[in-house]
Amino acid sequence: MLLIKCPYCGERSELEFSYGGQAHIVRPLIPSDITDEALTEYLYHRDNIKGVQAERWRHLHGCGRFFNAVRDTTTDHFQATYKIGEAQPASGAKSDG
Amino acid sequence: MRLYSGFALLKAGFNGQKNWQSLWRSPEPKPAYDAIIIGAGGHGLGAAYYLAKQHGIRNIAVLEKGWVGGGNTGRNTTIIRSNYLFNESAALYDHAVKLWENLSQTLNYNVMFSQRGVMMLAHNVHDVQVFKRHVHANRCNGVDNEWLSAEQAKVFCPPLNISANMRYPILGAALQRRGGTARHDAVAWGYARAADDLGVDIIENCEVIGIRRDATGAVEAVETSRGLIRTKKLGVSASGHTSVVLGMAGVRLPLESYPLQALVSEPVKPVFPCVVMSNTIHAYISQSDKGELVIGAGTDAYTSYTQRGGLHISSHTLEAICELFPMFRRMRMLRNWGGIVDVTPDRSPIIAKTPVPGLYVNCGWGTGGFKATPGAAHLLAWTMAKDEPHTINAPYTIERFRDGYLIDEAAAAAVAH
Repeated sequence: MLLIKCPYCGERSELEFSYGGQAHIVRPLIPSDITDEALTEYLYHRDNIKGVQAERWRHLHGCGRFFNAVRDTTTDHFQATYKIGEAQPASGAKSDG
Repeated sequence: MRLYSGFALLKAGFNGQKNWQSLWRSPEPKPAYDAIIIGAGGHGLGAAYYLAKQHGIRNIAVLEKGWVGGGNTGRNTTIIRSNYLFNESAALYDHAVKLWENLSQTLNYNVMFSQRGVMMLAHNVHDVQVFKRHVHANRCNGVDNEWLSAEQAKVFCPPLNISANMRYPILGAALQRRGGTARHDAVAWGYARAADDLGVDIIENCEVIGIRRDATGAVEAVETSRGLIRTKKLGVSASGHTSVVLGMAGVRLPLESYPLQALVSEPVKPVFPCVVMSNTIHAYISQSDKGELVIGAGTDAYTSYTQRGGLHISSHTLEAICELFPMFRRMRMLRNWGGIVDVTPDRSPIIAKTPVPGLYVNCGWGTGGFKATPGAAHLLAWTMAKDEPHTINAPYTIERFRDGYLIDEAAAAAVAH
């Protein structure tokens, strides 16, 4: 069982959280104006990184808020969590979660 | 290759069963091959076998970063069935079941394919409607599947609890009698032995670290931990690591890699006659010929390459098993492990040419790749040899996501993902 640090509530068990996939994917402002390839990229293609990736989480059974996290997918170690709208911390940042 | 038979076994008995050959050689990689497959699991080894056997390409290598059958081929729950809803899926998975039925004879290697029946339990009105729809759709596609009442399900699988007092009572079940299990390692070993006999080089401990392309963009060579190997035809069958491998050629895929866990109990005498799956309460179970109960569930909740997964997922599965089969409450679990499965948005695989000339991919099997092993292998080999897909895998392109032709088998593994 992982402990995940919600930026609002602090450390909680992973059972309280739900995973939201790759972070920082920008929704096209007018989807009908972009090409099929660009829409496919937005809807379906993911980096699926083996290593450190930024991803969305939601403290579903807690405050209910979305936040972002930086996690190493080879170890499941959380390097950082941060609020939506904040910039992604540099990779290898000191562990706080 | 020395053929295996009852007579050969008897004859070797007079020598104390000595002098059996190893199943495959351990060759050094050659500087170039006509075709290379990445990934020596059942899918990759099978593709090499069919390329050599049916398409006359003999100068082939299978590159494996670990050991033969050490990935998902050795980590799954060995269930085989073809009762999928859509026409494209029924054609694909039944193609595999038909190959399974003769595989031991084809390979001269006992893969222990046992058509003991796969029963999928319905616990609510929605399940009943969905499974009946599956039964009818399957019948139209020539795939066997039948509806059983709860009492008939109990007759087919006596350990099943059909009490009305259960939290999720059993309202009926869909049964595919041609479904069953096979010995997972034997599939990889059998294909490896047969492919090796046809001259295929199986190169273990050889990790691909780069894919080199020529001026036209076509595949030219692979860089590996054991040096550069040239080839113009490259097939990738790397399951959970497909995104990583195809990323080396600049190909992006609609894949995410999740851990999928399974566990086995201590071995006991034969108590469980078939395979039982439950979509709603998240578990599937069968008993191996060694006597272990083989138990699995859905994937973990977040992407990962750890080959572990969370313990709470396994314990949730065991709670479901204990409710369905109260006699297993005091069984002890022996081993628990995870494999990394590559999941597509529509839960159907990709067996196709990629935008890079000479590069082919077989991936996206998610939680259900083992059952398709011979079929996927055969179709990847066909696609590589002819540079165009077989009619069965023609719908399973990468471009179907762009073009909107999804094959939406989101309930494919009979467990919610």
